[in-house]
Amino acid sequence: MLGRTAASLFWMSRYIERAENIARLTEVGYRISLTPDVGFGHREDWKSTLIAAACLDGFMAKYETISAEKVQQWLLFDRDNPASVRSCLETARNNGRAVRTALTREMWEALNSTWIEFSAIKPADLAAGRLPEFLDWVRMRSNLFRGSLLGTLLRDEGYYFSQLGAFVERADNTARILDVKYYVLLPSNETVGGELDAYQWETILRSVSAHRSYRHVYKDRYRPWNVAEFLILRHEMPRSLRFCYNWVDRSLEGLHALTGNGTAGCEQAARLHGELRQAGMDDIFQSGLHEFLFDFMARNNAVSATIARDFHFN
Amino acid sequence: MNTKHSSGTEKPAFFDEMILPDGTNRPPYAEVARWLESQTRPMIQRKQQEAASIFRRLGITFAVYGREEANERLIPFDLIPRIISASEWRFLERGIEQRVRALNAFLHDIYHRQEIVRAGRVPESLINDNEAFLPEMVGFDPPHGVYSHIIGTDIVRTGENQFFVLEDNLRTPSGVSYMIENREAMMHLFPDLFSKHRVRPVERYPEMLRQTLESVAPSGCDGDPVIAVLTPGIFNSAYFEHAFLADQMGVELVQGSDLFVENGALYMRTIRGKNRVDVIYRRVDDAYLDPLAFDPTSMLGVPGLFDLYRAGRVTIVNAPGTGIADDKAIYAYVPEIIEFYTGEKPILNNVPTWRCGVAEELAYVLDHLPELVVKEVHGSGGYGMLVGPAASKKELADFAARLKARPSNYIAQPTLALSTCPAATVTGFAPRHVDLRPYVLVGDRVRITPGGLTRVALKKGSLVVNSSQGGGTKDTWVLED
Repeated sequence: MLGRTAASLFWMSRYIERAENIARLTEVGYRISLTPDVGFGHREDWKSTLIAAACLDGFMAKYETISAEKVQQWLLFDRDNPASVRSCLETARNNGRAVRTALTREMWEALNSTWIEFSAIKPADLAAGRLPEFLDWVRMRSNLFRGSLLGTLLRDEGYYFSQLGAFVERADNTARILDVKYYVLLPSNETVGGELDAYQWETILRSVSAHRSYRHVYKDRYRPWNVAEFLILRHEMPRSLRFCYNWVDRSLEGLHALTGNGTAGCEQAARLHGELRQAGMDDIFQSGLHEFLFDFMARNNAVSATIARDFHFN
Repeated sequence: MNTKHSSGTEKPAFFDEMILPDGTNRPPYAEVARWLESQTRPMIQRKQQEAASIFRRLGITFAVYGREEANERLIPFDLIPRIISASEWRFLERGIEQRVRALNAFLHDIYHRQEIVRAGRVPESLINDNEAFLPEMVGFDPPHGVYSHIIGTDIVRTGENQFFVLEDNLRTPSGVSYMIENREAMMHLFPDLFSKHRVRPVERYPEMLRQTLESVAPSGCDGDPVIAVLTPGIFNSAYFEHAFLADQMGVELVQGSDLFVENGALYMRTIRGKNRVDVIYRRVDDAYLDPLAFDPTSMLGVPGLFDLYRAGRVTIVNAPGTGIADDKAIYAYVPEIIEFYTGEKPILNNVPTWRCGVAEELAYVLDHLPELVVKEVHGSGGYGMLVGPAASKKELADFAARLKARPSNYIAQPTLALSTCPAATVTGFAPRHVDLRPYVLVGDRVRITPGGLTRVALKKGSLVVNSSQGGGTKDTWVLED
């Protein structure tokens, strides 16, 4: 398999995952903006959404002030934003098209019809409260793509590269959402673990479709401590850092077995995965949640870079 | 209401592939004509829709890519096959083989001793001053002496035994994926028809292409040659065909950036490291192959590829510089070229062509301008072309002035009465003009796929078969005896 083919499969999955995550983040922003101000002083909901999506700098360079309409336009439709849903879906499709022969027909149809349907949607159509419907659609299309991949793709190199892209991206996103919660939403006079912001923690759980599964696991109301544990350490939570790294680790092992290549990435991922399995929330809060997440994101990026190097992505 | 999909609405005014002037059917079409009689309009429309959905699903589209445009266009597919009898095909096959052998011999000669010029059969200036002549190729010997390995010979018909070659297409002819997928679609839509005919298969083309490419591997290549298809990338209008052929042959589809030259060999970057490549089937034009040898701004090629090629370490298919042999000015000399290298008379004729650079031929052209088609020798895509019968008095006068100013820049041909074949139109079956592009492979031997791509001008009266101007395609059947 060409290095470029591997890179395209990796990025195709990453961008589909990213489109889904941007839609989830937008949904969080939208929900928060609908709730009454619960007394945190100034509200910067949309700003926090932009930060979580790593889109603030680009946004501020184009617009001077933040408004719901502008942020939604930027996150969903703007071509100038490489992480907008539009850019993600287009980039994913172009990556898929470049390696058409490495995809199954169903995967290609999922990518292609998503892009064709998206192209027919006008931003103006989403006024009048139709935003949630659109965000649902983005999630469903991501599910369709994932389903066709899992249901039809041969379990060889191509499969592992696709899985790597999806889980590296998902891990990054979960860490980012938590981190934003930590240092943007938390009022400065509150300590982590306070009660005031429980509502917003719930919203974070909603953004990863986990507000109900949380209750199954913890049988308790939303406690920040538990929410963080749920999203970082629980192996049964499919968007947790540990769950993602279990997959990154396994995929790299699979690739190593097939190609004899990728030792460096395997080691990095195995170490990170091992640490996540050993860690407890006490240690994490002690050394600082933000520091922990920041370190994780940097190491996740490093794994991604090592994969690209090991497998000759360019 | 009469739902019969009648063929009586339009009578053929030209030589028709199916219907003779007396209203009877030509023998190869006997069975299909009976079948057409039994079809109603709704049946045909349903099959037509089914065909479109098959093509969209298979992804046989040609891309019109802009940022706004996600839809690839489908080339219209006409359900009625174009049928060639066994004896007609034997004749075409002999003619094509003679022609492609002669043109390859011509290419070898003009990049070596230029005997044909020395013999005074082709003017020297036509070769050495021609933009398509590539001085970098002089003195180089490609494997088996083959320059053009993959050829699409455009053939038109005007009568029972009158076939003419319109163009030779020796560079990077496209469309072969349609030939294969048209057959797939027809077999899916009308299995019964195939049980009533003995239609020669076309689906061996990718295998034959692979054999051809393997046969021209560099002499130093040990083991199975590694082949790759080089594409300009996803924004190329024929990208689907590039991916299709790579997939069907089971070889890698590469872009220039996947390849590099190191220690006298060509490699592609794979997930296991570098992997040697021996044969490149390139769908990239000469100028973009190698920024060090040709256009320095090209991002599509591979730096150092051409030197490697000249050193015999990799084979480029088709060879650079083949354009000189399908140049319009050279075209007029192809009958001489065939005689010169084979010692035989051409089996397939050229369309009669007047070379305006020759004084007496120019005089004829100026006298008969309203009935001729005049083309610029280096132009393509209909640019700078005069269609006499369709031109106004003023256009004719303007063109005559241009002809007199630079006569050697033009050739002229009669307006051809292309044959017609029934096509399904909104009002019923009606005769529409067709051409034919068989695909020829030249390696250790000549391999011709029995069939080809029939293009059809779906607009009434139109002679233009190009897909950009309302042209469609048909499945092309070559029958066994």
